[in-house]
Amino acid sequence: MDNFQDTIFKLKRYWADRGAIIQEPYDVEVGAGTMAPETFLRVLGPRPYRVAYVQPSRRPADGRYGENPNRLYKHQQLQVILKPTPADVLEQYLGSLEAIGIDLKKHDIKFEEDNWEAPTLGAWGIGWQVMLDGLEITQFTYFQQCGGIDLELVPAEITYGLERIVAFLQGVDSLYDIQWAPGFKYSDVRLAEEVQFSVYNFEAADVPMLWQGFEMNEKEAQRLIDGFRKAVKAKQSVTRYPVLPAYDHVLKCSHFFNLLDARGAISVTERVGIIARVRKLAVGVADAWVTQQAAAVSKEVA
Amino acid sequence: MPDFLLEIGVEEIPDWMIEPALADLKARFEKLLETARLSGEVDWVDATPRRLVLKASGLVESQADSEELITGPPKSAGTGAAQGFARKNATTVDRLGTVSTDKGEYFSFKKQVAGRATAEILSESLPAIVTALYFPKTMYWTGKGGVRFIRPIRWIVALLGDDVVSFEVAGVWSGNTTRGHRILGSKDPVAVKIDGYESVLRSNYVIVKSAERRARIETALGADVQPDPELLTTLVYLTEWPTPIRGAFDAGFLELPKEILSTVMRHHQRYFSVLNPDGGLAPEFVAVTNTDGDPDGLIRQGNERVLRARFNDARFFWQVDQQKKLADRLDDLKKVTFQAKFEKPTYFDKTERVVALAGELASGVTADESAIARGALLAKTDLTTDMVKEFTELQGVVGGLYARAQGESESVAAAIQDHYKPVSMGDSIPRTVEGQIVAMADKLDTLRESFAIGLAPTGSKDPLALRRAAQGLIKILVESGLPIELTAYLGGNHDLKAFLDERMAYYFREVKGFAYDEVNAVLAAPYLSVAGLLERLTAIHEIRNTPDFEPLAASLKRIKNILKQANQLGSDSQPDPALLTDGPERDLAAAASRVARIVMSTPDVKGQLEAIASLRSIVDAFFDKILVNDPVEKIRQNRLALLNSLLTEFSRIADFSEIVPRASETT
Repeated sequence: MDNFQDTIFKLKRYWADRGAIIQEPYDVEVGAGTMAPETFLRVLGPRPYRVAYVQPSRRPADGRYGENPNRLYKHQQLQVILKPTPADVLEQYLGSLEAIGIDLKKHDIKFEEDNWEAPTLGAWGIGWQVMLDGLEITQFTYFQQCGGIDLELVPAEITYGLERIVAFLQGVDSLYDIQWAPGFKYSDVRLAEEVQFSVYNFEAADVPMLWQGFEMNEKEAQRLIDGFRKAVKAKQSVTRYPVLPAYDHVLKCSHFFNLLDARGAISVTERVGIIARVRKLAVGVADAWVTQQAAAVSKEVA
Repeated sequence: MPDFLLEIGVEEIPDWMIEPALADLKARFEKLLETARLSGEVDWVDATPRRLVLKASGLVESQADSEELITGPPKSAGTGAAQGFARKNATTVDRLGTVSTDKGEYFSFKKQVAGRATAEILSESLPAIVTALYFPKTMYWTGKGGVRFIRPIRWIVALLGDDVVSFEVAGVWSGNTTRGHRILGSKDPVAVKIDGYESVLRSNYVIVKSAERRARIETALGADVQPDPELLTTLVYLTEWPTPIRGAFDAGFLELPKEILSTVMRHHQRYFSVLNPDGGLAPEFVAVTNTDGDPDGLIRQGNERVLRARFNDARFFWQVDQQKKLADRLDDLKKVTFQAKFEKPTYFDKTERVVALAGELASGVTADESAIARGALLAKTDLTTDMVKEFTELQGVVGGLYARAQGESESVAAAIQDHYKPVSMGDSIPRTVEGQIVAMADKLDTLRESFAIGLAPTGSKDPLALRRAAQGLIKILVESGLPIELTAYLGGNHDLKAFLDERMAYYFREVKGFAYDEVNAVLAAPYLSVAGLLERLTAIHEIRNTPDFEPLAASLKRIKNILKQANQLGSDSQPDPALLTDGPERDLAAAASRVARIVMSTPDVKGQLEAIASLRSIVDAFFDKILVNDPVEKIRQNRLALLNSLLTEFSRIADFSEIVPRASETT
């Protein structure tokens, strides 16, 4: 039986063999692998790209103090982006399941409609949840729009829920019982984190500090976006402009928003407005990134 | 006369979109057969999640030759022009003909047009047919601006007889190879012919016909499985080779309410529930797999484990939720948005409005008013429970169950539990009057508040599900028979009134099956309660085939037209008896007042209509013998007044001029 890390190694190897760059997790808090710049920004523009990475994804409101066997504040997604989508993408995906030891002839696999949308990112796509013997193991999405921009090349995003898949493979009823490495269970590695962050997210986080964090990062992201626009207007070169740092600040905003939400600090009337504020930043960065990429290409050509 | 087969190979299509897409495919192909004169007919259309298939037969090899009449220069233009015209059409002057038009005589030529090959026409037309198929939500995949379809098209089979009809859609060329079942079928494309198409797929673990897949599932289900036609259809279109398997769960979970267990199984896992002989849930389920079986029990074990986790969650939620009573959750509703665009956007605000509205609706009804008020107050509180946050489709149901568990009265619990009903036209209405009132108040509030800020549904866009709210409201009003005058509660909003009338017409036509003209007739007359409309419709529907009714309706239409032309429609002038002429005119006046009295004293609508229909011979005699447009103005005016009073008197049940006679169709 493979342990947790074996399965990750195999999936990475599988996609590396199919031409994907193996990236490491992004080091800013994100709610999903989609938000890492390797997905959010790379799917934009005309350049083909293939990448796979594990992304620890934090959803403060999903924490259960380590008491619920199926729910986590932070879970590990293995994210694959294939841009443009190869015609045999689903066959490749099924091959990856075989590669981690699932004998598909002995199991029941179904693709059930599940379209994906992230309002804070101005992003949506069409796809399925992949069901294995009644268990959702993967979200498969054909991206259509990101940062409010119609995508030129349609990427396939394959998001494996690693804990669920490995619990299935290992036949354990609690995610905490997963063997992570020989002699170490998932609970040995992560339980303390689940408990302490649940306490922090739901009870201890200082709300005024969270608001301050949100606003500081929003301001900085907006300052950078405005500066970019000004530079473009003045016909200055933007190839070295810090668009990527601006995106980090958008991610920070999004995380502070999630923390405020988990703390119950966002009222109904505020909520819609705050989602719109984050979305505005994400759209601003996406737009800047596309412009910057186009500028870089024309420079190469020149 | 070759056969034709089209298979569009697609990545997994959402199950609920398949049947409409097939109907669309069939209609479009039939239209092509007709307009391109290819004869033949569509034998069947069918689908699996990965393929839409159409089979036709009896097509011609090529179109028949045809003639085209070409009009040339006017005859007056002379021989030179005629020669030019003939040359242009590769013929000689002696073969030209002439046509005469309003403008004079023209040279003409009957050009022989050779029919084109069917294969050629199909190649040309099929791409547009495929890409025009309607799906509620589409995607592109070949790049920005590329073809849109429900999911990527991966192969196309198009065969006319033994030959491939060649064409391309989204970079995919049609051919004669299909694909089998993803896992069980051949890994490589499989060649097919029209003959034996289904059997080749069958040997690759694909059952093309949905009816056969349905039968395969049904046969295996067993008599103790709770029937669920909707779930069955879903599973028919989620599988290519359906094989049901049976699993079990720990009987300890049966302490949770049946509603919760069934919902988890049905909505989240697509399992059928299994019943005990006494009608309660058995600790078993049936899952329909897309496999050929589960010899090692691995699939069963996997599904059992998933269900165990789900049920554990549900048990956990139940325990946590009981720590805070529904009544203590009212304030929490201030944090739940109902509709962000409303000035008062939260469920707390909505609750306040619904409580008030339910009170008003209850005023003329015999019901437990305190249960209505309490039910309306607590109706939305379950939205703050963990159970509903996780299993959103259990909203209402959970509230009812918790209310019962927390000592609320049965009447209150039932009102909370049922207040989202009916969730579809096939669903039942709330079982108690209290539930009916709360459900109506909830829907009416949503409609009123939305229309007040101009959020009416447009086209296919109805994000607030206002059509469903309206439909539910109408269904409750009709089926409960409650004497509630809907128009009094619309806040004077004319758009909302028009919207509800339109939904009402839809309901009576599509759900109750009344004819267009019957519905139009009834809705054009003034009415107080929606329940009364059903009685009127039923009566009209029953009486319209009796010999006198439609002729009388036709006469009333004639009267309406006469009055319209004379600008007298709806005037309040009364006929002067002294001016009536003896014979048919006086007879009509007398009969009208006699029948009016009978109508007044007849309790049932059908009896009233029978009385009205009995006027037929007298009205006919009137029109036979009497000229309304008498040269003497006074007499003419009096006759118009007579007709007007007749029309007004007998249009209270329905506007009969809307009835389209169909006696001629039935003979």
